[in-house]
Formats: sequence, C-alpha cells, structure tokens
Amino acid sequence: MGKKSSYVVTKNLNQASLWRNTKPLLGRLDIELTERCNNNCIHCCINLAEHDKTARDKELSTKELKNILVEAADLGCMMVRFTGGEPLLRDDFEELYIFTRKLGMKVILFTNGRLITLRLVELFAKMPPGEKIEITVYGMTKGSYDSAVRRQGAYEEAWQGINLLLANNIPFVVKGALLPSNKTELKEFEDFASTVTWMDRGPSYSMFFDLRGRRDSEKRNAQIKALRLSPEEGLSILTRDKKEYMKDKKQFCAKFTRPAGNNLFSCGAGKGSACVDAYGKLQLCMGLRHPDTVFDLRKQSIKTIMTERFADIRKMQAKNPRYMERCAKCFLKGLCEQCPGKSWTEHGTLDTPVQYFCDITHAQAEYLGLLGKGEKAWTVENWQERIRKFVEEV
Amino acid sequence: MNAVYAPAEDDVVARELHGEFIIIPISSGVGDLEDEIFSLNETGKAVWDKLDGKKKLEEVISELTVEFEGSAEEIRNDVTGLVEELLKRKIIVEN
Repeated sequence: MGKKSSYVVTKNLNQASLWRNTKPLLGRLDIELTERCNNNCIHCCINLAEHDKTARDKELSTKELKNILVEAADLGCMMVRFTGGEPLLRDDFEELYIFTRKLGMKVILFTNGRLITLRLVELFAKMPPGEKIEITVYGMTKGSYDSAVRRQGAYEEAWQGINLLLANNIPFVVKGALLPSNKTELKEFEDFASTVTWMDRGPSYSMFFDLRGRRDSEKRNAQIKALRLSPEEGLSILTRDKKEYMKDKKQFCAKFTRPAGNNLFSCGAGKGSACVDAYGKLQLCMGLRHPDTVFDLRKQSIKTIMTERFADIRKMQAKNPRYMERCAKCFLKGLCEQCPGKSWTEHGTLDTPVQYFCDITHAQAEYLGLLGKGEKAWTVENWQERIRKFVEEV
Repeated sequence: MNAVYAPAEDDVVARELHGEFIIIPISSGVGDLEDEIFSLNETGKAVWDKLDGKKKLEEVISELTVEFEGSAEEIRNDVTGLVEELLKRKIIVEN
C-alpha cells in the first residue's frame, strides 16, 4: 500500500499486452449457432432450410453451448462471433448473448438483420455487444433483395432491422454480396453505407463465392460457380478506389508475400482461434470441414483439441505434386485465397490448387505490376526484389 | 466511512486472466469508453475482494491495515482513492 500510482490501469480490450508475454490458447471463438437460415440465397455456402427439423435436432443445446462458452472464457477467450446460417433463428439467442457477455466476452454478430426486433435492440442498448454488428445487405430494392434471398417480404424485414439499429444508435456495419440481381445498385448501396456512421471504410463484398462447405450438392455448387465474378470483374470492383487498394496491398505485401513451402497451414487457423459448428464439431476455421480435421466437443474439450489435435494438423505437409510445384513455390501465397479449407470445398482434399483463386491472384498481381502478362508467380525467382520495388514505389 | 460498497454485478464482469485481474464493463454507461477494460494491481485486487456489499468501508480499511504494511493514513488514502475511482466509473455501487 502507499504507492498511489496504479490501483486501476485502463486498457484496451484488444491490447495484446493484456496477456503479458503469452497469448491465450483461445483468443477468439466463432460459433455457428445454426446452419438454418430464413433466407435462401443461391450463392450461400452453408444455408439449410429454416425449418429443417433434422438439422435443428442435431444442433447444440443451450446447455452444451453454455459449457463451451465457459471453457472458452477459462482459456482466455475475449471475443465470440455468433454466425450461422442465421444465428437469430435460435430461440435461445438472447440467453446465449447475455451469458456470453456476462462471462466478459465481446460478441460479434453476423446477421441478415431480418429478425432484429425492438426487444433485441433494447438489449443491445443496455448491454452492448462490444463489437459492431455486421449485416449483409442483399439489395437496395425489394425486387433485387427478394430475388437474391428468394424469400418474399425479406426486404422489408431486413430494412426494418437496419432502421431499428439506426434509430437506437446501435453500432453496426453493412457488407454486400455482389449478385446479378443487385450488381447495378452498387453506387446506391455505397451511398447508403457512407451514411452509416460506424463504417470506418467502404463496405466489403462477397463476390468470389465459396462452394458448399459440406460438399452436399453438386447442383448447388454449379449454381454458385455460375454466380462468381470473373477475376477481371472482381479486380474492377477491388480497385474501384485505386489509391486505397494500392495502399492496402503495399502494406500487405510487405508483410505476407513469400513462398510458404509445403506447410499446408501458413495461416493462423486453429492457433489462438477456432470455430464451433452448429453440431459441436471444433474446426480450425469456418471454412475447413474436412472430416479428418474436425473434432467433437461432445467428447473432448476445446483445450485438448487445440493443444493436441490442431497442433498436429497444423504440421501437415502437402503431398499433391501439383501443389508442391505451384502453391508451395508461389510468392503470392499470402495474397491468394488458396488454403486447405478452399481445397476441401472445391476438391475434397487439403492440398489441391484451386484454379479460380489462382486466376484472381494472378489478375491482381498483374495489376500491381508484380507479374508480367501471362507470367506464373511460382516461376519468379527475383520475387523479393519485385516486392521491395512495389512496396517502395510512390 | 460507514458506507458499504459492492461490485455493480449486472454491469461489470471481473475475471482473472493469466495472472492479471481485470474488470470488464458490459453495460451501457459503465466505464469510460467502449473498448476499455480495467486492470487492478495486487493492491487494487485486495481492496476489490473486500468490497462485498457487507463490510463498511471502515472495516475494509481496518482489515487491510492488518494485512498490508504501511501507515493507517496511507492505507486509508489508498482505499478511498480507489473507491472513488471505481464509483466514478460505476464499477461499484453503494449498497
């Protein structure tokens, strides 16, 4: 006693030094509360029908979810992302939300906004999530919206939800999904987004759509592929604010461009973060559902899975010769969406190159001047010099 | 000094995380800013543990005077200083 200086130290929740020199085993947990959704978007990689009884019966119970949340908090977790499907379809959402906040964890909510009610907004006002709610907007008109989500009346409900958040000053951001039905509304959407005071920058878009994560329908995958933007179309969207795009890419390339070698996991998946699917399987990330990489939380703890199983998986090496010839040697690996999760959804393996993402990356690299026309990144020997020049040029 | 204080249970969460004792506001208007949490040092934690909604502040100070080195006046100043800070931030309430 007697040293007055620091009874209370104010810190930012995101401050890494909170954990002194060690990071927690689990800093953030994503929880897919359900795969069911009240929308029926043709481009979606996960959605099941809203009233799919088989799916609902398999979902984690409230008690199971609370046990998972308690273990997450004990492991040092400070942030939980509730996603889906549509997480607000769960009858126990409010209960889970309050429980999570009372464990001291922040909540990020991914929603389409249709089920946001005054009651929920009042809860968010009294007990703020701590992070901005993220709402995907599928269209600025009734025609475009309802056509994208294939549900009559969805437009009115979604905008009612958004307006409730606005009226009650609940922080949120909007995101878009670029679909044939709403492509012409880009400016209108961005004009609206610019009026949302909590948007730090322009909205992000889904446009290079993922295939079905459960690999449950070839027909649906074909439909999703048909909706994907071409690499050139995607590039024109990504570079619509050229200055911002170049600035971002210079910062990114300075840190993350280098060949990753045969290590399959050059990302941070399963290291400090993880994802629980709707049925209690712990995944390294939301995209990776390969049966050899997911573990049942009804049988094992998060701690055991993360320290033993995930640690082993993260050591996995590519065996596919095509991967080793291309992706392993590609200095653009950090810029590319190629990963075990994408390989799984596209090809059912962990180490098969995904041509679509390769093409997108090469289109960007040509635009940035990192590659010549038709040049393949894995053949470039002086990549360090190219990156240095790109990062340094004004 | 006859006042009795307790954590604002519905508004804050206290957690021990990797040896650090932190207080996280979860209700609107508690704490200062959205992203802020509060870390109590060892002394602060000792005071916090005694703000149980039953003990009068005078009793808290007496107990700490026995448990910690330092003059009674110093300890009194420390405790009242901390209580003022916590009250200002609505982290504790008067019972």
